[in-house]
Amino acid sequence: MQRQNVLVLYLGDSALDSPVIAWSYWDGTGTERRMAGDQDEPPYPNGLAALRDGWRLLQTSQLMPHYPGTETQTSYLKYEFMFEQIVEVP
Amino acid sequence: MNVDAKTYRKLSTNEMAKFVARGYLMFEGLTPPELTEQYLTESTGAGVAEVPAGTPLSAAYAPGTALRGLVDTPAIRGILDSLVGADPVVDHHFVHLTLGREQREAFGMKDTFPSQHWHQDSTIDTRAGFDVQIMWYPHEVTLEMGGTRYLPGSHLRVVSEAAIGRYQNIRGQRHVVCPAGSLLVLHHGMWHGGGSNRSETTRHMIKIRIHPTVAQQQLWDLSDFSEADRKQRAIFWQLAARPEGDLHDILCEYQPWYEADTGRLEFVNRIRLFRYLLGDDTFDADYWLTRLEFPPEKRL
Repeated sequence: MQRQNVLVLYLGDSALDSPVIAWSYWDGTGTERRMAGDQDEPPYPNGLAALRDGWRLLQTSQLMPHYPGTETQTSYLKYEFMFEQIVEVP
Repeated sequence: MNVDAKTYRKLSTNEMAKFVARGYLMFEGLTPPELTEQYLTESTGAGVAEVPAGTPLSAAYAPGTALRGLVDTPAIRGILDSLVGADPVVDHHFVHLTLGREQREAFGMKDTFPSQHWHQDSTIDTRAGFDVQIMWYPHEVTLEMGGTRYLPGSHLRVVSEAAIGRYQNIRGQRHVVCPAGSLLVLHHGMWHGGGSNRSETTRHMIKIRIHPTVAQQQLWDLSDFSEADRKQRAIFWQLAARPEGDLHDILCEYQPWYEADTGRLEFVNRIRLFRYLLGDDTFDADYWLTRLEFPPEKRL
């Protein structure tokens, strides 16, 4: 039987080798209980390190043009990279 | 930040700038033990009374109660006068309780409660000024007790309440660990969430959201603000270290979670807020707004 683990890394710019500034881990196997604020240091220094550790890249955020009038507004974390890992479970 | 609870003192320009840049000020061990003990007795006994939204802060809490003692504390009056001015009103207050193991098991619950997702309180709020939320910790908070988690420098991000719940951990996040009587003063936009209490004992905190009724301009003690603070200096290429506590350094303090490009936009937005508070739309720090405002009639 297979299950999916999901790792989401938020990076410092749109390049995969830029530093990790935020991260989330979702355990589809049910063996780890993760939650907000449970880790102060990131699991990888940058997105490329996750790729080299076997995580498969599923999706990256698009680069969007800045809507006129809101060019200096800041909002959600911009550079989201979503990875998966397929694991065998008993 | 250590201050004497019995002394009325307004915030300095540097302290205001830190609030503008970071979105919070922390005053550790501010209130005396008798007040925190009174609050714990009241809140776990008769409970904390309801306060209708919009009630003047000066009339919100009955004389003799711990919360009246809190908001009448001279040092806290000085902090609030500096941030929201005279005659503010209570938006709401909320008693936060996170059960420790003993009380949890008494209710038949085995597992600890998970931490709260990251969120920004209320809803999207784009006004020039701000409300403050004061969080008062009536007993010591250890790391294991899961005190409030907050993210310095997040307060000016325009997001919609719990939409940021997808983020679990963010570089530079902080967890309140403090002695009894500490007061955390937050800009209403601060990203935050309660932690998971893994300790034996129940954690208590009360939050009061306070809304201004006057323009928030030049409300603090400006005696440390001078013409030198308006002058521009060399940027990027600098040959010598700059003096500690420079106003421009405070306003342009970087946070480890900022994207390479949005960190600069945070400086722009902080300077815009500081201009509003100063009542002077020519103020700038490290040229961030001046270069965008040519010709000068086109101020942002």
